[in-house]
Amino acid sequence: MSHFVNLSLNGISSGMIYASVALGLVLVWRATRIINFAQGSMAMFSTYMAVTLLDRNLGYWEAFAVALAVGLALGAVVERTLIRPLQGKPELNPVIVTFGLFILLEGVAGAIFGVRSRGVPAAFSQSGLTIGHHRVSFSHFDLFVLGSVLALMVLMLVLFRATDVGLRMRASAFAPEMSRLVGVRVGRVLTLGWALASLAGSLAGLLVAPRSAFSPNYMDLILVYAFTAAVVGGLESPVGALVGGLLTGLVLSFVGGYLGSSLEPLGAAVILILVLSARPEGLFSRPAARQV
Amino acid sequence: MAAARLPSRLRLPDQPMLRHLVLCAGALVLFYVLTVNLSSYHNYQVGLIALFAMVIAGLSVLTGINGQISLGHGAFMAVGAYTFALVQEHVTLPLALELLAAVAASAVLGLVVGIPATRLRGPYLAGMTLILALGLPQLADKYNSVFGGDEGLHPSQLVAPGAVDPNRWFAWITVLVAVIVVALLANLVRSHFGRAMRAVRDNEVAAMLAGIHVGRTKVLAFVVSAGCAGLAGAFLALSGGVVTTGDFPLSLSIYLVAAMVLGGAGSLVGPWWGAIAIVYLPQWSTSISSDFGLGSAVAANLALVIFGLVLIIVMMLAPTGVQGGVRWLARRLLAARFPRPPAAAGVTAVAGFPEPPAPATPDMRTEQERTHP
Amino acid sequence: MLEVDGLTVSYGPVRALRGVSFAARPSTITAVLGANGAGKTTLLRAMTGLVRPQEGSVRFDDHELTGLPVEEVVRLGVAHVPEGRGVIDQLTVEENLRLGALWRKDKSDRKRALAETYDLFPPLAERRRRLGAALSGGERQMLAIGRALVSRPRVLLLDEPSLGLAPLVTAQLMALLAELTLLASLTVILVEQNARSALSVATWAVVINLGQVVVSDTAAAVGTDTGLRHHYLGF
Ligand SMILES: Nc1ncnc2c1ncn2[C@@H]1O[C@H](COP(=O)(O)OP(=O)(O)OP(=O)(O)O)[C@@H](O)[C@H]1O
Ligand SMILES: [Mg+2]
Repeated sequence: MSHFVNLSLNGISSGMIYASVALGLVLVWRATRIINFAQGSMAMFSTYMAVTLLDRNLGYWEAFAVALAVGLALGAVVERTLIRPLQGKPELNPVIVTFGLFILLEGVAGAIFGVRSRGVPAAFSQSGLTIGHHRVSFSHFDLFVLGSVLALMVLMLVLFRATDVGLRMRASAFAPEMSRLVGVRVGRVLTLGWALASLAGSLAGLLVAPRSAFSPNYMDLILVYAFTAAVVGGLESPVGALVGGLLTGLVLSFVGGYLGSSLEPLGAAVILILVLSARPEGLFSRPAARQV
Repeated sequence: MAAARLPSRLRLPDQPMLRHLVLCAGALVLFYVLTVNLSSYHNYQVGLIALFAMVIAGLSVLTGINGQISLGHGAFMAVGAYTFALVQEHVTLPLALELLAAVAASAVLGLVVGIPATRLRGPYLAGMTLILALGLPQLADKYNSVFGGDEGLHPSQLVAPGAVDPNRWFAWITVLVAVIVVALLANLVRSHFGRAMRAVRDNEVAAMLAGIHVGRTKVLAFVVSAGCAGLAGAFLALSGGVVTTGDFPLSLSIYLVAAMVLGGAGSLVGPWWGAIAIVYLPQWSTSISSDFGLGSAVAANLALVIFGLVLIIVMMLAPTGVQGGVRWLARRLLAARFPRPPAAAGVTAVAGFPEPPAPATPDMRTEQERTHP
Repeated sequence: MLEVDGLTVSYGPVRALRGVSFAARPSTITAVLGANGAGKTTLLRAMTGLVRPQEGSVRFDDHELTGLPVEEVVRLGVAHVPEGRGVIDQLTVEENLRLGALWRKDKSDRKRALAETYDLFPPLAERRRRLGAALSGGERQMLAIGRALVSRPRVLLLDEPSLGLAPLVTAQLMALLAELTLLASLTVILVEQNARSALSVATWAVVINLGQVVVSDTAAAVGTDTGLRHHYLGF
């Protein structure tokens, strides 16, 4: 029983991380109809920035903030330099370009920092909390993960729902041409979308780093789990990304806990196949939103 | 193509079947001359190039002709390699049947993965195959009693007849099979099914209206390319005499995609350029790094960096890849040598990378159609 | 002053406009009339930059509009209500309306313009929280026009605004346009199938056929030329 509880708690914690990366994938998909396969390695890159600063004795939160800023900027730069010129090209071209960026960033990080994995300090204790008389595998750090991803989600939701910028972003995602026709500078909105997506990824990168074998490819699996989460959530909605992330996190945690962690990636593959066979539009998107 | 401008004595037959035969025979002769003049070690590498050409050719058809992409074809190579090794371990069969088993196993996996792909466009297959590339090797690690764990499996290597150098024999067999595979793919591309694949690539809705079964076409294209990967995997097992999960890292899949794009998606000659890059680039980058004293971290990652740059640069600047460039160059040279107006364009252009059909037409679709294609 | 000069647009092999020229006087309504497929929609789309003309230019006061991105044309005060569905289905009525004025700096005036639009189209006020997708055809048309008006445009391009509107609402709309040209010194280009009602409010009229201007004259002259009416305008 306590094994089950612990697995659930772990699932929720990793699910939040998948949700954060999935949110990034969804933002980019909504804005530009592209799956950004470089999302994970962009996060890896900004996290390496933070770790490098930490090694130089910068304060934890300063490094954290710098990484988020780097993530934001990286997203904008990538959109401007690599994605914008591909507008109107076949849909495979951006897929290949983001995949190329994924490799490039990992290769560059490996060349600069080496491929050997290393430890990264965490902001909070990673030892399990004691609730009543039970020690659960849920730490202060997990609480931080939960809190910060939730905070990000709420901020994004407020941005989308309650601000002019958010209105522009939603309008451009749904109807780019019509948005331009009412004066929205859709190009800038897309850049902003990529920047925010990359920010969400960076947050996840920072949160994963302390509890993983931190090396240039430490986000690879996170990316494919987040992809699973995003597809489960319907690829269109940030809320879907959250729910999809939690579901994927829970299922994979049980798969890992009961069947062995080496089966987790295949678990994700099975989730994808099942979801797509049953509900190709994802579990949470309104069917109308996906009709041809 | 260029053939139309050549003087008649140099012209290839117009009949596609015949032309493919002539080209293949030429390729085989070329390879024969090459292999007898190369050392044993280099013969081994020729074999590697040929086996990579098989899988890249399948990928090239999938992407360039059908408009789908697999980021994890290394996984299908792994399935082929392990199947081949397992079949050898448990039953005694002729080599051809063992190879067929490898093809069949990876094709079946292609089917399982490909069918859901018909439900969602574009990104799904890419993501799904990426997961496979990361996940399948772990499966082999987990069930190490079946798959041999770190030790791996040990399929027997080819036995060369008489005094033939084993590596040369490996090169011959692999090149022969690779040329056959490429010829079969070339015929497939020109067949009815090839037209269906292209139609689906260009516009799924239009293809459907034209009576093409879009889902079946996509699945079949994927199965074919998975089968090619399985065959290549079996040859990889043959080449080393050992199959371990370490042979199929994510970087293998990455290299395959990069090599395909580098050669030129949709081309069947391009994969050979790509295969050469896969075999030699890692070596070159290691030696370049050590020449310049760049350190081991750089040496280990330079190939990755180069392939990443290749993907980005080729896609942004020259989507037809190396083979597109070669063709362009050949046309220029021929035009200079035989300055005649081209004969009537009776020759189908070999598929470059899918560009949208008529770029002159501005996008007048409604918002709804554009945002939810 | 809005001037169109020698505008030529092709869709691949199809020539939709061949050297169309005309000028719209400030604070007037210019009706653009013609049969189906004459090229009216294409003309408006080329004016805002939604399609790129092969030749010709569009000038608005001192600004050369040709080649400018759509959103920049709009930000110069040229509002375009496109043919058919311009409403964004996934946004609410209010969001659609807000979007129209978003590029303008003056926030308090944005609020005022919103309120005026609700006054103008009471059905919209009652449905401000509804999604665009849930509106009737006439309501959508009101929303699209309202969204153009909240930006307080100096030029308004309307593509068949009467489509789907009840005759009474159409009459109100035409009256409103006439009023706006006087009070807000708005310049209107009015593309209409319903030539009679368009001519009733317009000062000028341009008749297009097969992508070419047939006549460009005062609305009164066009409306009374029976030959022209029979030939091109169907009444
Ligand atoms: N996207 C397009 N691709 C090709 N041809 C087009 C396209 N849009 C319009 N056309 C053609 O251009 C010509 C002019 O079309 P346009 O839509 O401008 O006509 P219109 O005057 O607005 O007609 P209607 O009164 O029916 O709205 C027509 O012959 C039409 O078939
Ligand atoms: Mg029209």
